[in-house]
Amino acid sequence: MTRLRAFGVQARLGERTVLHGADLDVAPGEVLALVGPNGSGKTTLLRTCYRALTVTEGAIMLDDKNIHTLRRRRVARIIGVSTQEPAAFGGVTVRESVRLGRSARRGWLEPFRTEDDDAVARALTQVSLTSQADRDVTELSGGERQRVSIARALAQEPQVLLLDEPTNHLDLRHQLGMLELLRTLAADGLAVLVTLHDLRLAAEYCDRIAVLDAGRVVDAGTPEHVLTPDLLETVFGVRGRIRTVGGRRVLDLYGLVDG
Amino acid sequence: MSTVTETASLTQSPTGSDSRRSDRRRSLATVLTLLTAALALAVATAVSLGTITIPLGDVWAIVAYRISPVPLDAIWGDRWWSATREAIVFESRLPRALTAAVVGAALAVAGAVAQAVTRNPLADPYLLGVSSGAGFGVATVTVLGFGAGTLGIFTLPFAAFAGALLPLAATIVVSLRAHSVTAIVLVGVALSMVFSSLVTFVLLVLGDVHQLGTVMQWLAGGFGDANWRSLIAPTLVLIVTGTAIMLCSRRLNLLLAGDDGATALGMNVPRFRVLILLAVSLLAAAAVAVSGTIGFVGLLVPHLAAYLVGRNAARLVPTAGLLGAVALVLADILARSLSNTTELPIGVITGLVGGPIFIAMLWRRYSQDSR
Repeated sequence: MTRLRAFGVQARLGERTVLHGADLDVAPGEVLALVGPNGSGKTTLLRTCYRALTVTEGAIMLDDKNIHTLRRRRVARIIGVSTQEPAAFGGVTVRESVRLGRSARRGWLEPFRTEDDDAVARALTQVSLTSQADRDVTELSGGERQRVSIARALAQEPQVLLLDEPTNHLDLRHQLGMLELLRTLAADGLAVLVTLHDLRLAAEYCDRIAVLDAGRVVDAGTPEHVLTPDLLETVFGVRGRIRTVGGRRVLDLYGLVDG
Repeated sequence: MSTVTETASLTQSPTGSDSRRSDRRRSLATVLTLLTAALALAVATAVSLGTITIPLGDVWAIVAYRISPVPLDAIWGDRWWSATREAIVFESRLPRALTAAVVGAALAVAGAVAQAVTRNPLADPYLLGVSSGAGFGVATVTVLGFGAGTLGIFTLPFAAFAGALLPLAATIVVSLRAHSVTAIVLVGVALSMVFSSLVTFVLLVLGDVHQLGTVMQWLAGGFGDANWRSLIAPTLVLIVTGTAIMLCSRRLNLLLAGDDGATALGMNVPRFRVLILLAVSLLAAAAVAVSGTIGFVGLLVPHLAAYLVGRNAARLVPTAGLLGAVALVLADILARSLSNTTELPIGVITGLVGGPIFIAMLWRRYSQDSR
């Protein structure tokens, strides 16, 4: 079980500083939603967590180790990532694409074993792509491609799961299915960090919410504590409030803030 | 992590299984066997055809007698062909056909890898300015006479190879600072233009008409000067670089997940990309040095190969290599035999034949996609 933490992370894209000291703490067994308006730095913060972007200040820690002191392949055995990048080429099946997730568990020249095939099959089942396993990735719909990327992250058999907008191409049924899946994975002890635009999904399914605004985490905690009418208004420019219906959290939105 | 139960998984998609693409992706062993046979046949045909046509049976026999470690005269009887014919086969046509095969393989492998590493379907082996750099080397040596004579027949190949490394060195210096593949490719494009301009400058301002002819003929590409000695260097480069690339095939595949995806899977993407582009340019430089600039093979053959076996590098690279070898041997046969009086530049053949094949392939693929 591994805990992922970010301490005062600053990061630049080109000349522009995007993150101005962001803190995060994702514990094993919880689903943490990272929310924030467009351009607040959600994807950038996620990228620093798996070394796709180097921090200029601060540190990303896996338990008590700075990820920059770990070997990249070691990090890839602990953190599984689903990115938003599109598939580049056809000519690769869904199964081959998901099997890439096993690479860090094998030497560069070591053949894949049956346990790798099993992990791939499990991941495909988890995202309901088993029947599509031998199709070319370019023949898939946007939602199916997104699930391929998520299956690849699951095939890594990680202890920490990072998902960048895992629901943005999914239909409603698959969106709810995806968040149910994340709950199950967390119950198995994974630390799950997920960026979401839909605050209603975040409120209903996630244990805690971290709100990123202009490169800083301005609040983090349970949905009731974080998504207050005040914060919704100042950060997101919308009016709304959380209420509890039959033991479930529901976020009601009433529209834009006037002016 | 324990297995997650089926109930937790997403709802099953109603679409049924669809395996038409995987059916088309034939077994790698079958493809490679067929291509190897095609290559042997193409090389034998290339050796057989010419001003004097030598029967295929004699071609196989001459080669067998020459390369057999045991003297075959004692087993199969005396040689039934003239010494002239043996010289034509073994000293002229065979090294020429094999050079075409090696250059074709080098260009196709380099193109396949260049496309994978830049994730750009238009990438080819010359994308970092290798061909115009080589042209600059040849023009400079021809016009200014640096080192002419000291290397004999290897003067121009050596000049081409050295020239090809100039833009490459510049690109690597840039890519150590800029980690974006777009930046690297754009620098390559810019350097191509710089060296093309330098070629024009050297030829038109400093050179004379005779030198212009020599350089233009070299730039057009061909295998007229091929011999056993000129075959050694590109063969070694192909074997060493090709092996290194095959050993990297899993890393190449990771790039299919995107730059961030590959990073998340444990790879140092910028460093790997620089090393691979180095290998691409080395292959291209070795090819250009013996045959001049041959376009289209390095762009087109990788797409044909991907059509046959997919984009998994462990399957794509050997398939592209063999297919490139076959393609260039066949193109050289056409270049030699279409006209009775003169040899056509091989670049003309690869363009005129390759273009329509490419378009036909795209036509088939996209008419299926739109069903």
